[in-house]
Amino acid sequence: MKSLGSIRRDFAPWNDPNAKPYIQFDNVTKKFGDFTAVNNLSLTIFEREFFALLGASGCGKSTLLRMLAGFEEPTAGRILLDGQDLRGIPPYRRPVNMMFQSYALFPHMTVENNIAFGLKQEGMPKPDIEKRVAEMLKLVKLEQFAKRKPHQLSGGQRQRVALARSVAKRPKVLLLDEPLGALDKKLREETQFELMDLQQELGLTFVVVTHDQEEAMTMADRIAIMDKGEVMQVATPAEVYEAPASRFVAHFVGNVNMFEGKVAERSANTTRITGPSGAQIVVENGGAAAAANADIVFAIRPEKIKVSSKKPADAVNALEGEVYDVAYLGDMTVYHIRLDDGQIVRASALNAARVTEDPLTWNDRAWVSFRPDAGVVLAR
Amino acid sequence: MSNIAVADAAAPPTAAKPFLTRLGAGFINRLVIIVPYLWLLFFFLIPFVIVFKISLSQTAIAMPPYTPVLDFSDGVSGFFAGFRDLNFDNYVWLTQDALYFKAYITSLIIAAISTVLTLLVGYPIAYGMARAPATIRPTLLMLVILPFWTSFLIRVYAWIGILKPEGLLNQLLLSLHIINQPLVILNTYTAIFIGIVYSYLPFMVLPLYSSLEKMDYSLIEAAKDLGCPPTAAFWKITFPLSLPGVIAGCLLVFIPAVGEFVIPDLLGGSQTLMIGKTLWNEFFANRDWPVSSAVAVILLLLLTVPIMLFQQAQARAQEQGK
Repeated sequence: MKSLGSIRRDFAPWNDPNAKPYIQFDNVTKKFGDFTAVNNLSLTIFEREFFALLGASGCGKSTLLRMLAGFEEPTAGRILLDGQDLRGIPPYRRPVNMMFQSYALFPHMTVENNIAFGLKQEGMPKPDIEKRVAEMLKLVKLEQFAKRKPHQLSGGQRQRVALARSVAKRPKVLLLDEPLGALDKKLREETQFELMDLQQELGLTFVVVTHDQEEAMTMADRIAIMDKGEVMQVATPAEVYEAPASRFVAHFVGNVNMFEGKVAERSANTTRITGPSGAQIVVENGGAAAAANADIVFAIRPEKIKVSSKKPADAVNALEGEVYDVAYLGDMTVYHIRLDDGQIVRASALNAARVTEDPLTWNDRAWVSFRPDAGVVLAR
Repeated sequence: MSNIAVADAAAPPTAAKPFLTRLGAGFINRLVIIVPYLWLLFFFLIPFVIVFKISLSQTAIAMPPYTPVLDFSDGVSGFFAGFRDLNFDNYVWLTQDALYFKAYITSLIIAAISTVLTLLVGYPIAYGMARAPATIRPTLLMLVILPFWTSFLIRVYAWIGILKPEGLLNQLLLSLHIINQPLVILNTYTAIFIGIVYSYLPFMVLPLYSSLEKMDYSLIEAAKDLGCPPTAAFWKITFPLSLPGVIAGCLLVFIPAVGEFVIPDLLGGSQTLMIGKTLWNEFFANRDWPVSSAVAVILLLLLTVPIMLFQQAQARAQEQGK
């Protein structure tokens, strides 16, 4: 396997055995009555990391964030911040700040008073407060809105006020609960990059909760994928996408095709898999899951599957079928091919040229082919 | 104008339609606003004018017991002639007898103290209700409104039974050996305060509850997150945001409390001097309708003018905020 590390910057303390974790969840459990929101969860986050908690609603990601902020106490386990146990420390004494999903701007205060609120609480001298507020307003480009009240701002402006307010105190950790959830798509994409720049500029540790995988992939150094109060995988965006640890993760992030089968034969590098209909594929990246005779799945992303009208001469894996659906999306075309054994395979082709040389349409016979190392083998 | 859709919405769907369409929707819309204005005209402005007219007349041994002024019994010329005879003797009289001034001042002070007490009692109740689980809030709301199902008079009478020297409260305190002598509460100002706070509590709790209930709790969390301990968060966030409810509740308690008659009469005894009682005495004991009307007019001005000024100031402040 070649590098699947962070492509954004040279930052990977999680690979350094001597690196000291900054935030540590140690076997944390949180129960609300009978409901277990977080189940015996352990997690480490490093200083200056941009960490994303990704999961469907109700998976416990927000509870995790709220425990870090101090709004909830863990039922069991402990949370350490920079070596200090946070148990019993109320939210107003924790060196973390949170940006709320609803923004929670104080409606009776102007923008500048909202931003200054936390600074006044810590008793900062007035001239310093003014300086810091001006700095924050400049950072989020809202200088001319200082005297406005929140209800006189647009959604995007409110989001930036909330951001400015939460970073004004220079917290050790900034917690962001669905920070871009209320923005429209275009603004959301712009703001993603703004958040990343801001994090770099201030050198803070960011922990962001999101249900939007694209958002997590774009911004985060590492992503924790959560389900039912447990962490399914913690890895860089590239690892999560290219080397998912389980079927759940593979399904959750992006689109994926799953070929189920039995391990028929193993060699040093390759594994031969026999599908239920007898079709055989040869794959690399077998790993521990691919023991002899084991039931496994081969997970492969749509863009790694090639579609052609004739069987490619050099292909190791080629399966025949019929075009079931074609969706032209402009930048790419998505094919749904129904294989002869009935399975539907999703394949996407980048439209690199304006005219395709091998046009395929509904009901055409077609071949799907892929390289042995194009996917991963997972336990069934 | 073809606002047929609007006319349709307001009108019964069948025969009335062509007629209402002819009238036009603008008229219908205005008709809707006219209703509250008519209400105010018939039940506020006209009675006020009548009372004001009586306040300008003189007492007489007659039925009704005053000489009418500014009426049309002598024709239009008599009506205008009446203007020459107009005098404000009754209002001058109010300034000459210190009793009225004292009664006004006492009423305002008692009402103000009672309002503050009601706020102090009502705020925690409303806050507790607003923070209670959503499932039991309707029940709590019901409990606040429940006393209205019994006659106000009976409930005030019940307080006599509780507060009198041999009443329930004294018996309880005596049997618990907290006091040795029965407390004298009935026929004092304390009893009036208790009566007003008790009677007007729902009027304070309901507006407070509605303003507290719609407040986003994440604001408090945000304040704590930014380093604000709970008490400070209350004064900096919760209380300012509940101010509309505080103002509405205080007005709803203060205004009727100033003119309150039943509570001071039943619980305050004969010694208390409040304008509501004075008014009653003038009207029924002295049968001096003109003077009691003047008392009522002054009371109304005393209450409405400051409130109007206050609301104007608030509207202006809101305008500036935008």
